[in-house]
Amino acid sequence: MTTVAVKPAITKPATMAQALNRAMRDAMAEDPAVHVMGEDVGALGGVFRITDGLAKEFGEDRCTDTPLAEAGILGAAVGMAMYGLRPVVEMQFDAFAYPAFEQLISHVAKMRNRTRGAMPLPITIRVPYGGGIGGVEHHCDSSEAYYVATPGLTVVTPATVEDAYGLLRASIASDDPVIFLEPKRLYWSKADWSPEAPAAVPGIGKALVRRTGTSATLITYGPSLPVCLEAAEAAREEGWDLEVVDLRSLVPFDEETVVASVRRTGRAVVVHESGGFGGPGAEIAARITERCFHHLEAPVLRVTGFDIPYPPPMLEKHHLPGVDRILDTVARLQWEN
Amino acid sequence: MTVQELPGAGASHRSTPPPAWRPRTDAAPLLPDPEPYRVLGTPAADRLDPELMRRCYAELVRGRRYNAQATALTRQGRLAVYPSTVGQEACEIAAAMVLEEQDWLFPSYRDTLAAVARGLDPVEALTLLRGDWHTGYDPRERRIAPLSTPLATQLPHAVGLAHAARLRGDDVVALAMVGDGGTSEGDFHEAMNFAAVWQAPVVFLVQNNGFAISVPLAKQTAAPTLAHKAVGYGMPGRLVDGNDIAAMHEVLSEAVRRARSGGGPTMIEAVTYRIEAHTNADDATRYRGDAEVEAWKAHDPIELLERELTARGLLDEAGIQDAKDAAEAMAAALRDGMNAEPVLDPMDLFAHVYAEQTDRLREQAAMLRAELDAAEHEEGDGS
Repeated sequence: MTTVAVKPAITKPATMAQALNRAMRDAMAEDPAVHVMGEDVGALGGVFRITDGLAKEFGEDRCTDTPLAEAGILGAAVGMAMYGLRPVVEMQFDAFAYPAFEQLISHVAKMRNRTRGAMPLPITIRVPYGGGIGGVEHHCDSSEAYYVATPGLTVVTPATVEDAYGLLRASIASDDPVIFLEPKRLYWSKADWSPEAPAAVPGIGKALVRRTGTSATLITYGPSLPVCLEAAEAAREEGWDLEVVDLRSLVPFDEETVVASVRRTGRAVVVHESGGFGGPGAEIAARITERCFHHLEAPVLRVTGFDIPYPPPMLEKHHLPGVDRILDTVARLQWEN
Repeated sequence: MTVQELPGAGASHRSTPPPAWRPRTDAAPLLPDPEPYRVLGTPAADRLDPELMRRCYAELVRGRRYNAQATALTRQGRLAVYPSTVGQEACEIAAAMVLEEQDWLFPSYRDTLAAVARGLDPVEALTLLRGDWHTGYDPRERRIAPLSTPLATQLPHAVGLAHAARLRGDDVVALAMVGDGGTSEGDFHEAMNFAAVWQAPVVFLVQNNGFAISVPLAKQTAAPTLAHKAVGYGMPGRLVDGNDIAAMHEVLSEAVRRARSGGGPTMIEAVTYRIEAHTNADDATRYRGDAEVEAWKAHDPIELLERELTARGLLDEAGIQDAKDAAEAMAAALRDGMNAEPVLDPMDLFAHVYAEQTDRLREQAAMLRAELDAAEHEEGDGS
């Protein structure tokens, strides 16, 4: 009897930043229509080095340092997409994207609709977002509520190294404009991951149960996923077995995965960094209430950033949802009036 | 402490320029002439191409008739609103005429006439203003971008498209239209800057028609002319009489040629006047006097050309009548098209939001479907 030695896929520790870089490299190599553009994306490789080496490998026409003007960057990308290119735009920091909102809302999100489907815009807009890196004012906003409120935009946010690669590839391949929210504090998070044989991950629009449990469901995404997983571990000591759902995609929203989980556990907490009032959690809580009312043992609760301007770096730890605040909220799910 | 006494203000600190600083170009060739360029009524008219000018004349007459018909349709309630280009037809027509088939036009909301002159179906061009869809036409068919209502936001699109075409090695020029008010917007600045840095094959046509709704140019800018703004970006600025179609055609053609041959962008300020109100919702008597309007009526683009061509024996009564007849035929077809009720399917509301409909939209579409079915059922019961 002969045996065939099966070699396991060679994996090595890789960061989310490397996976994002690789996703753009692979997309550019496969499709000459893919163009990366933004401020500092060329020689510098981006302030977070996410575009490192792309200009060298593909030339400045494919990875272009633009003038410093976000509306101009996104507006030019619209014209490029109209001509058949697939621009991947970097908005250097969350709050730096605001000057481009007119382009985003009036044109990017609506071009397909205005032209009755004749002119789709395959633009990927990469936005490093969220706090926890000690950044000064305008460098730490969680701006997802603005994006999810705009019909026509797809909004995704990876929380793992695998998803950073897989979701960015899927976003670049999408014929619709995608807001690709990069949790910047996870840029240096590591996982065993092989760029030579990247694991297949579900595409846009699918949520994943990252940890199964029976006591309650934590629903989260992006930068809050590791916090929720840590909270779930800590909750074991309290006798709580928490399930953790990573949304991965805010629009489209995978309601079925969320509803199925909450119906199993009967309790739900939504966790995100952005403010609570009008934040994605409000919508998710409303949908859970509509569809799981008779399964719920307690009201759907939220752990969010406060409804304040993003705080100065020395105070941000008080603002961001942490393990303790999540556990305190989980404790309130006992719901004995 | 005076400014002169402030540290660093002394001449000794300015004796040498900082390292590696030098002006990039001599601004002089970029500067616009002080007077708007004119052809009609000047010796330059000797070199007019009779055939081209007769075509221009017919297009101008058609354009004026289009404006009149669209305005009438507004009064009849067939159009929600119409921003007239009466008095500005030379700009609109010239913009469409100087482009080749593969080139792209980026019109603002006021530039339906330019889109029609480029070949867009007159009824399709008015879809936006009738209210049955937001623009709605396929931009690729005639290479006309959707009419843009936000001001100046279409200008960066023109730059991006022209840049992309050049990267692909295609012979394509983009011509982007904007009004005087639009030059105050940030997107105007960003588009001009990108175009110049990228040396994109773009022509910016600013129609200075005197007013941004009610605000006159003097309250819009302190620049000597809008054409001067080009110099700061490193592209030529040209000032031209926007009511002189021969001058418009010449200056635009030259800019298109420069763009096509790799010479980069040009910004053209066409000095013209909006004879009618901003739209039917506007009362122009509140912000301007009759005398000013009458003075501009005496500088009418159609009359200017007609006078020149008849004086030179290039246009006769029969030719004038032919142009009028063709314009009437267009107006009759437009009336017929606009009087037919548009066939609308409410379910289309959900059809073009995403490539693949989301669960949420499917759910909402089902809700509307049920409402429509119930309404139809009720109607059926009533009959």
